[in-house]
Amino acid sequence: MSTHYDSTGSSKRYVTSSTSLAIQPLGPNLRCFASTRLGLIDVLVIGGGNAALCAAMAAADQGARVTLIERAPPPERGGNSKYTRNIRIAHGPEAEMPGVYEPEELLDDLVSVSGTEIDVELANLAVQESASVMKWMADHGARWQPAFKGTLQLDRTNRFFLGGGKALLNKYYAEAVRLGVEIRYGECVESIEPTAAGPVVATVSTESGTTTHAATAIVVASGGFESNKEWLGRYWGDAVQNFIIRGTRFNDGKVLANLLDQGALECGNPRSFHAVACDARSPSHDGGIVTRVDSIPFGIVVNREGLRFADEGKDIWPKRYATWGQLIAEQPGQVAYAIHDQSAIGRFIPSVYPPISAPSVDELAALLGLDREHLASTIQSYNRSIPKASNRDFSRLDGLGTRGLEPPKSNWAVPLATPPFFAYPLRPGVTFTYLGLAVDSSGRVLRTDGSRFPSLFAAGEVMAGNILRKGYLAGFGMTIGTVFGRLAGKEAARHAKAV
Amino acid sequence: MPKPFNPIEEAERQLTICNSCRYCEGYCAVFPALERLTHVTEGNTIFLANLCHDCRACHQACMFTLPHEFAINLPAALSEVRVTTYSTYAWPRAFAALARRAGVSTLGFVLAGLLLALMTVAATGGLARFFDTGGDPGSFYRVIPYLVLAVSGLAASAYIVLVMVLGSIRFWREAGGTKREALDLGAWIAAMGDVAIMANLRGGGDNCYQPDPRRASPARRLLHQAVVYGFILAFISTGLAALFQDILGEQPPFPWLSAPVVTGALGGVMMTVGCTGLLWLKLRSVAKARDLISGSMLSMDTAFIVVLDAAAITGLLTLLLRDTGALATMLTIHLATLVALYATAPYGKFVHVVYRFGALLKNRAEQRAELNP
Repeated sequence: MSTHYDSTGSSKRYVTSSTSLAIQPLGPNLRCFASTRLGLIDVLVIGGGNAALCAAMAAADQGARVTLIERAPPPERGGNSKYTRNIRIAHGPEAEMPGVYEPEELLDDLVSVSGTEIDVELANLAVQESASVMKWMADHGARWQPAFKGTLQLDRTNRFFLGGGKALLNKYYAEAVRLGVEIRYGECVESIEPTAAGPVVATVSTESGTTTHAATAIVVASGGFESNKEWLGRYWGDAVQNFIIRGTRFNDGKVLANLLDQGALECGNPRSFHAVACDARSPSHDGGIVTRVDSIPFGIVVNREGLRFADEGKDIWPKRYATWGQLIAEQPGQVAYAIHDQSAIGRFIPSVYPPISAPSVDELAALLGLDREHLASTIQSYNRSIPKASNRDFSRLDGLGTRGLEPPKSNWAVPLATPPFFAYPLRPGVTFTYLGLAVDSSGRVLRTDGSRFPSLFAAGEVMAGNILRKGYLAGFGMTIGTVFGRLAGKEAARHAKAV
Repeated sequence: MPKPFNPIEEAERQLTICNSCRYCEGYCAVFPALERLTHVTEGNTIFLANLCHDCRACHQACMFTLPHEFAINLPAALSEVRVTTYSTYAWPRAFAALARRAGVSTLGFVLAGLLLALMTVAATGGLARFFDTGGDPGSFYRVIPYLVLAVSGLAASAYIVLVMVLGSIRFWREAGGTKREALDLGAWIAAMGDVAIMANLRGGGDNCYQPDPRRASPARRLLHQAVVYGFILAFISTGLAALFQDILGEQPPFPWLSAPVVTGALGGVMMTVGCTGLLWLKLRSVAKARDLISGSMLSMDTAFIVVLDAAAITGLLTLLLRDTGALATMLTIHLATLVALYATAPYGKFVHVVYRFGALLKNRAEQRAELNP
């Protein structure tokens, strides 16, 4: 990296303070990065999650002078990436993963959840490039482990991070520092001026006031807006007060909104978000993985009227994981209750909160504040609709569903008969939003007028809506973040070199 | 009035959160063992706490550490439970308090040991030898008679073994160990293999996050292994010396290139390097992250490392100075450190040997039972 700067002679290095832009006269015969001439940052990365770190490292690998702004303080750094644990990767037989996962199969999997209305060029890019990220990640400090117990069905398609996403991010931060990236914590980007002919400028607020950073290129990797309840409320009204945000409290979409206001082209459905069933007792944000309730297939789910409203046996993990958040969000009061009997104990990953249990259905209804008769009759008609005893197989769709029940439970219909009865109160746990910035295949942000911002790039959740329009594909968010983070970082560095 | 702090309840609370997360299962045996449970009991907690090697890889990987409201801090919580284990399973129980205040009590024992050694030397007429030049056969025993040394050493060792056996039985029972697990030969072999390479201090390939909670390093494992293997060599040396003397009839001091001296010297050097390194590492570790260890455990760790280090260093010096007038002085000081080491062993950090091995054994037996029910 130093060779780029020093090739022009050390006397020609100009430095700017972080608060003002003291632009010095151009030196003679200067090539390479604009920063050498202007004292600018080459690449400013906004965000502190996976995509941001990948962008920063990729830019630094090119020799660029990189500054990364992470809004969170160090203990909370890492955005939503710290709550992840694997990445979906296409691979041939040579990879240290079982079997083969061809890019075509990955694309099929993507289309099966996201539908065909995706940016095919970008989707292909994500899928094709995923094949090479594993080595790149390991070169930048990533460590692996076998698929987690209970997630074995993912070990062919997904590579697991040793210790999970935060451990991965810790390695990345250490590597970024080693590569010379300046990391600034606790700075919140209020606005970006992306259109100026010269450097792009970000205005940030810190504890000590407002300041600006000027850079030749900016990579926006600041996530979605799922922790901004006021914004979600525009589409969902008061219901959002009953939503739980599973991820970081810092994803309020401030940069996204700022850029959309300035004519950036949006992609993805603003109204939709991905949500799972979360324990209603969870913290309002940052509950991560441990607040999800995984018990639904082993019992029934009722709303606050004590009535069933969806097929609890429709999908096998991890697909079922993705549907219940939205289903509960559509119920009155955005609340539901998973109801079980003794036979379910030990069948699912224990929740972080103990179940509410009672010796009888009546007493359980009283504890939950549900109408006793409704709950009793729901359970009774459910039990009556179950064909005579047979061997349930929870490891696959066993086809042993209810008969004549509406809505049906199409697999694993086990009677709720053995006390004690217990319940988990459920709310929608919002994971991520789909609305984002449309980008081109260099990662540059597009404008509504059909042109693009020359010096503005985006990566990660803030542009994932180009590729994942709806649904959920385990580990694919990390694929998008890594592929487009790396791409945007590299392109931003090239842009800085060329200016 | 708030409830008094209960280390086991706090560890149970944290482990319940860990068991619904499971991100750390690649680091060591603790998390896969936790995942075999659907509900964490007091016995499980004691078992898991003693299985933990305190590599802290889980802590740097955890997204639920402070300032998160879940306030996960397994290194501190589990070390607090280990202190409870070491002190409540100590016999007699009246001595359990010693374990909790290991720093103070060890210092007391070092001083008492010095006094005891001096009194013994004086009572057996060895004081007059303090300025002898030594080096001739039997010079050690003119400072302190062989019989006194042998009888007190063996008696103390037998006492330590007794206390540790009693402790391990209580541990096994409380941790929910069964007879079948205790008699599983394959589990014994596997657990000894775990000890031999310190499999659980490797962080699943990522090493130990001590002393720097942000950077993995093999230093702690290598230093600990230097102590373990040095200790074994010193033990072998003692056995060989007894063999030379009591069976072959050779009187110490033995020649420099004899088996007892070579093994003893090598063992002493390894223990000195290991203990000194571990002490340095412990101090650095505390300076960087005081919140990751229980105060009592810190006191126990430091006291044990210091006494063991002192025993190793004074042993080496006794060997080096055996042909000089300093022999008697050095030997007395060395004996004083041994008195302190023996006295604190059953009530200090030394006992982690049995509880850690018990936990490793149970873990291996559980694994084997899972594979062949």
